[in-house]
Amino acid sequence: MNFFSYLLDPSHWSGSDGLGLHVAQHLLYSLIAVAIAALIGIPIGMLIGHTRRGNFLVIALANSFRAIPTFGLLILVVLLTDTSWIPVVCVLGVLALPPLLTSTATGILQADQQAVHAARAMGMSPGQVLGRVEMPLATPLVISGLRSATLQVIATATVGAYVPGFGGLGRPIMDGLRNGDYGQVLAGAILVAGLAILLDLVLSLIGRVTGRHLRFKPPRSAVVETTS
Amino acid sequence: MNWRWIAENYGMIGTALGQHLVLALIPVLAAFVLSIPIGYLVFRTRSVANAILAIFGAIYSIPSLALFVVLPLALGTKILNPLNVIVALTIYTTALLSRSVVDGLRDVPADVKQSADAIGYGAVRRFFGVDLPLAMPVIFAGLRVATVSNIALTSISVLIGTPSLGTLFDQGFNQGFLTPVWVGLILSIVVALAADLVILIIQRGTLPWVRRAS
Repeated sequence: MNFFSYLLDPSHWSGSDGLGLHVAQHLLYSLIAVAIAALIGIPIGMLIGHTRRGNFLVIALANSFRAIPTFGLLILVVLLTDTSWIPVVCVLGVLALPPLLTSTATGILQADQQAVHAARAMGMSPGQVLGRVEMPLATPLVISGLRSATLQVIATATVGAYVPGFGGLGRPIMDGLRNGDYGQVLAGAILVAGLAILLDLVLSLIGRVTGRHLRFKPPRSAVVETTS
Repeated sequence: MNWRWIAENYGMIGTALGQHLVLALIPVLAAFVLSIPIGYLVFRTRSVANAILAIFGAIYSIPSLALFVVLPLALGTKILNPLNVIVALTIYTTALLSRSVVDGLRDVPADVKQSADAIGYGAVRRFFGVDLPLAMPVIFAGLRVATVSNIALTSISVLIGTPSLGTLFDQGFNQGFLTPVWVGLILSIVVALAADLVILIIQRGTLPWVRRAS
């Protein structure tokens, strides 16, 4: 298949316009975007979950976010600011915010209330309850939110290449489309799909490892208490 | 916001909106028809069902732009053919909806199925008369998510040369002109939320017991 010749040609991998650089850029943009969203979304989600206030607002917000065409938002933000990579990464961060926010809030809301009551009875401060009990119990859900946020960002970062000067794996796709070089397009498409699946796998492994300690929560005592 | 531009380009905006809706909604209808038998078959294959569901999840992780550009190579269609976008969105929507069908069918209580069997319902009659109607609220929830995200996603089609509301974004960017971008954004969001409302109304009309129960 000559379609794969571009991807398999070593000379297309290195250099200032090589696929290696595009993979690295794509990862970097995506990680920055997810990190920004996590720094904002997880603390707010923790607060909403812990205080049990504003959850309705978060769900409504997350649902309406789904209706926003990212491509349009991207162009709006780029036109309003400038064509550097920063506004593009910010739009990607906006995309990652709702899944992180909702999963953190839901994770804490669904944390075993027996454990939370026990922690309070032991004299833990609200901060300690949140940090030592609610957050560890919510971790699997937070990781699953991180997973969907990352996938969405990796997928959408390709669209960023519409903006001239923005790198990443959208670059070979867009350049290839423009020049009619479908081998180049396919190379970008395969790499971005592979990157998405690989990161999903890594995050699901992390989720499984962090969820493991939850086996040690006392399930039997909960059963005893509900029967009494 | 340049209102004169909107008045002068009324026809073009309407055409873009129409193209957008065709590209976004045909996949929803196609996926709805496809996902019920697929979901049922996955539901029946008990041991491998979770593996198949994981594959559906993986399909959803393929970036849309990648799928849009790879499909012409797989289908043998021309890169500018709107069918590429329709097929790509149908694949996404079917993966998402089949999952909802499986979840919905799994939620049907065992005692309800046993009651239907006891009354003498056959397999086919039980599926259409009992299992499917009880699974419908979950399927409708999936349908709403799929429709809203399809409408938001479709504007990317312009990157592979298929016109939609994305045409307005493209035009605005190339001319450094904000009005078409605002018009495209607002229309896309309004249409997505309106479609969501329409599905909700259809659900209320066809599944009156859901409202009573909740």
